[in-house]
Amino acid sequence: MVAASLSTPTAAAGAAPGSWIAALLANATGVASAGADALAPSRSRAAQALAQTPLPSRRVEAWRFTDLAPLTALSPTLLSPVPAAQPEVGAGSLRLNLDGHSDPLAGISLPAGLEPIGGDELNATLGQVLAATGSAELWPVLLNGATARNVLALRVRGPVATTLELVSDAGDGEGILPLRLLLVLEPEASLEVLQVHRSGGANLTSFVLEARLGEGAELRHGLLAPGAETGCLLATVAVEQATGSRYSGVSAHGGWALGRLEPRLVQREGAAHSALKALQLADGRQISDTHSQMVFEGPDGRLEQLHKAVADGQGRSVFNGAVQVPRAAQRTDAAQLSRNLLLSDRARIDTKPELEIVADDVRCAHGATVSRLEQDELFYLQSRGIAADQAARLLLRGFCEEVLQELPEAARPWQPLASLLGEQGR
Amino acid sequence: MIRPDAPVLLEIRDLTARVEDQPILKGVSLTIRAGEIHAVMGRNGSGKSTLSKVLAGHPAYTVTGGTVLYKGEDLLSLEPELRARAGLFLGFQYPVEIPGVSNLEFLRVATNARRAGKGEEELDTFAFEDLVRERLQVVQMDPAFLERSVNEGFSGGEKKRNEILQMALLDPLVAVLDETDSGLDIDALRIVAGGVNHLAGPDNATLLITHYQRLLDVITPDYVHVMAAGRILRTGGKELALELEERGYDWVDAELAALERTPAEVG
Ligand SMILES: Nc1ncnc2c1ncn2[C@@H]1O[C@H](COP(=O)(O)OP(=O)(O)OP(=O)(O)O)[C@@H](O)[C@H]1O
Ligand SMILES: [Mg+2]
Repeated sequence: MVAASLSTPTAAAGAAPGSWIAALLANATGVASAGADALAPSRSRAAQALAQTPLPSRRVEAWRFTDLAPLTALSPTLLSPVPAAQPEVGAGSLRLNLDGHSDPLAGISLPAGLEPIGGDELNATLGQVLAATGSAELWPVLLNGATARNVLALRVRGPVATTLELVSDAGDGEGILPLRLLLVLEPEASLEVLQVHRSGGANLTSFVLEARLGEGAELRHGLLAPGAETGCLLATVAVEQATGSRYSGVSAHGGWALGRLEPRLVQREGAAHSALKALQLADGRQISDTHSQMVFEGPDGRLEQLHKAVADGQGRSVFNGAVQVPRAAQRTDAAQLSRNLLLSDRARIDTKPELEIVADDVRCAHGATVSRLEQDELFYLQSRGIAADQAARLLLRGFCEEVLQELPEAARPWQPLASLLGEQGR
Repeated sequence: MIRPDAPVLLEIRDLTARVEDQPILKGVSLTIRAGEIHAVMGRNGSGKSTLSKVLAGHPAYTVTGGTVLYKGEDLLSLEPELRARAGLFLGFQYPVEIPGVSNLEFLRVATNARRAGKGEEELDTFAFEDLVRERLQVVQMDPAFLERSVNEGFSGGEKKRNEILQMALLDPLVAVLDETDSGLDIDALRIVAGGVNHLAGPDNATLLITHYQRLLDVITPDYVHVMAAGRILRTGGKELALELEERGYDWVDAELAALERTPAEVG
């Protein structure tokens, strides 16, 4: 592991962190939401909990390497983003724009197999997957719960051929954009979802996705989140899987002052398949963080996890991959690999598997590598006339593509690599 | 083809080089003129690949003495990519696998870099596809290899064919081929040798590093050099290779010992 200079934690100019929350809650309560406010009861519960929870500090293990200073430097208000330019929607996709207050389904006709969940059923379902994955009390989840105005909740029946694109762009406005999502996949349902979250300024995109997969259901889930130098991303993806279900998550985030992704998966009776492929990038003084958690509550479950990170400049990459295999989870087969590319002496990479294995008949493999660009690979390219900096870019691209090419097809027009490396005009 | 009046393309004089603290090249001299084919032979570990990598500019090797002139200009002061753009080509003994980088794109970027070096304009993707498909035939390679990552998962022989494909695209002035024949089956050897012969002409030159006469049966060298302990110990015509095939390298030890006793050579 290679260490480098650390930025010292500082609070928002003049404001104590606690008062940042107080100011945010005061601002958030004053905002009315469009239509029926299904979230009102849970919002006030979350607000109360948030007010009583201290800000995560680096003395807490889960936040040891991740400084919240970029977040508390933001304006403690709710953001209403203005619509931004987007690539055209591909033929097989339905794009829903999320701005935190208007109804993303207004004027949309959903494809066969998708229908909104509302009323009592929504109230009964919301929060269950968070509870099942032990995520309800996470600070980013409380923050989202205390501020989110509406929720996009969909039920999935049967195979849905259309890719669902869920898109937000916080733009260059100041404040917080909270997004809440719920997907309930009936048994044997299947769906492909691509989330794209962008930002161009000093704001926070906070999203919480709950997904429940019935028996034999399949969710292919892509997340592309290219950030902004002063922007923050706090993302929680909670997935509850019944037997025979398949969840495949492919994520790529980078370019955020603070970008943190928390995939939290539980296989309720085991015997399901979970795959996580992730790429995160940190350049400049950025922090890119992934804390993943996989819990097997029954036997014969599978996990395939690949986590890749690139740290350049004075960037900081954090990966913590928890895997819990209690006694009930015999014959679990879990593989976790963390591969890291360190491009600068001043960047820092912290990677840690966290395996808790109680069952005895299991296969759990894990590994972590931190390396620089291979001299022999660089030389091979140079020996073909390719300049050193271009050769380095090709190798970096090669490193990233292994994950990016697994994103849903609908991600292509969003130019995953160029957007993450900041190589395209916004 | 030996023409005493042909221009000198590569002139290596008293070249010494080390890796970390270990001297490996201990005074190599070699002159190559346009139109010539040279073969370098020698025992394992004698420094053949080191010589090729020093010429191409591998950063692991430090030149400690001597000069290398390429078309009359100092080669050693150039970055590796500039050497390549100027027409020096190294066919690697162990071609490097580069996961995630498509072979097709790699070949296109490399070809355009070399074209820029020759003062020609870049080929767009379509023009390049035409060119690469034509050159694929020189090495009888399946176009499917273009879609894969550079050398990744290629068999030993497939990697070598990919090297010759690169050579065919880059149109080098001086090609140094380090054991391009090793790991090839009989048909592949014929194809690769045919490719080298096809590309060799009066204006360029080839330096073949090989262990086997069977390559020199198909590519006739003008000169054969025997390398030992970081030097060129002996130079002859194509009959020297036949002699080596018969006698092996035992005589090398005696000659080396004699060299070590000569003070002028030690300093
Ligand atoms: N990067 C390196 N680090 C350490 N030693 C090296 C390195 N490169 C070469 N050497 C050493 O230098 C010597 C010459 O190696 P070189 O690869 O040039 O031999 P060669 O003549 O090409 O052998 P072969 O016929 O087996 O290919 C060997 O003893 C080798 O171990
Ligand atoms: Mg060699």
